[in-house]
Amino acid sequence: MLEVKHLTKSYQKDRPALTDITFSVEPGNFLAIIGPSGAGKTTILRSLNQLIRDDHGQILLDGSDIRSDNKAQLRKHRRQIGMVFQNYNLVERLTVIENVLHGRLGYKSTFAGMFGIYSEDEKKEALDLLDKVGLKDFALQRCSELSGGQKQRVGIARSLIQHPKVILCDEPIASLDPASSHTVMQLLKDLTVEFNIICVANLHQIDLAKKYADRIVGIRQGKLVFDEESDMLSEEILETLYDQTTSKELK
Amino acid sequence: MSSPIKFLAQKHRKQTAIIAVIGSIYLLSSWILNFDSFSGFTAVPRAFNWLGVNFFPTSASVELLPQIWKKLIETVALAVSSTVVAAIIALFVAILGSKATGINGYVHVVVRGIASFFRNIPLVAWAMILLFSFKQSDFTGFLALLLMTVGYLIRAFMEIIEDEASETMMALKATGASYFQVIFQAVLPQIMPSLISWVLYMIENNVRDATLVGILTGTGIGFVFDLYFKSFRFDAVGMTILAIIIVVITLEVLSNQIRKVIL
Repeated sequence: MLEVKHLTKSYQKDRPALTDITFSVEPGNFLAIIGPSGAGKTTILRSLNQLIRDDHGQILLDGSDIRSDNKAQLRKHRRQIGMVFQNYNLVERLTVIENVLHGRLGYKSTFAGMFGIYSEDEKKEALDLLDKVGLKDFALQRCSELSGGQKQRVGIARSLIQHPKVILCDEPIASLDPASSHTVMQLLKDLTVEFNIICVANLHQIDLAKKYADRIVGIRQGKLVFDEESDMLSEEILETLYDQTTSKELK
Repeated sequence: MSSPIKFLAQKHRKQTAIIAVIGSIYLLSSWILNFDSFSGFTAVPRAFNWLGVNFFPTSASVELLPQIWKKLIETVALAVSSTVVAAIIALFVAILGSKATGINGYVHVVVRGIASFFRNIPLVAWAMILLFSFKQSDFTGFLALLLMTVGYLIRAFMEIIEDEASETMMALKATGASYFQVIFQAVLPQIMPSLISWVLYMIENNVRDATLVGILTGTGIGFVFDLYFKSFRFDAVGMTILAIIIVVITLEVLSNQIRKVIL
């Protein structure tokens, strides 16, 4: 179980980016975080694996606090937390399978990892996962030759090979066309159930969040505005989330 | 609504004023230098005519080709070796100094400072300073080119790392990969094409610069050029220049081909 308690962060003094964020997610659940640009969604997500150091609060993964980790402990925690990015963040020059295997680096000795020495089991697992995300025949292609949707599926396979308890998705479909968006969201949803993992995704598309997420958390100006089952989410709640100033300016 | 129109009219007036100022600066400087613009321009065709007649390679200068060729190969080798060694040093320093992979902000500033120091001392000055310690030898030229190239490449490599590798670095860090794993598995593969492209560019540049350094250090094609020039054998000088141009263009074509393949 992933628990976030009283998370607070400010980049500049007196301008809090996050204020007292508290929520928790059970395994097998898909949580979507929605909110306007600049609300602090990415800051939350990157705090969860400490790519960003927050100021106060607790982040508990199965009861142990990630925030109090030393370097070696943080490495162990991070390998249990997969991450999927808006811009995929693959090494474009390398092949698909090499990128998937990067997910194993957290488990390897520094030397073996530096020179990319992987075991037969790891290679087989990488191929199985590629099969699962529908890219079986692409293993030896360079990532630069893939489409956006395919790249994102490589990113998902890379996070799955970590045997994660949690997958964090930072705007996973913001650069994708509608069809690929649905494929990727469906894939994330299915994998969450199949592997009984926690999936936390920042999303801009409310309709997709409602369709695929189990629960939706709304963030506005660094504060948690609501935390609802996705079928319970009404128009009134959504209006509290998004500022109406833009539409007023146009009038 | 009149303010945008007024703005455009003002912009026109400003542009006219700027052109007038530049024109008067030119007139003022020619007056200070006693430079007669008219006779200066009319002398251009005569000057080129003289160059064409005197520097045109003759059959006698063609006989010098084997010697020129031998020295030219020496010079190219000097440029290539100094650039490659410089690239290895620069890559190491750039990784330590870049914002993305570096130790800290303090080291970043120091590394930038060192790079800028090596880069901003002119090559000729490097060569003349090093002449005191290393005398007229190939090594002096090698070292001068090396120092300047290191300065350029550190700066370029740091920017390449910051621009091209930051995102993939973050992804690998998030998987729990250690520092050296991230460098070898994400940063190096990601930046390799840009890195090679820069090294090729510096090799092209350094072949030209090695000629200049050779004049000072008395080695390579620069020495041959200097020798013919000071003994008034202008046809041989023309031959030397022609050979240099051919080699430089060949290198450029070659490295463009390599770039096409790797990028």
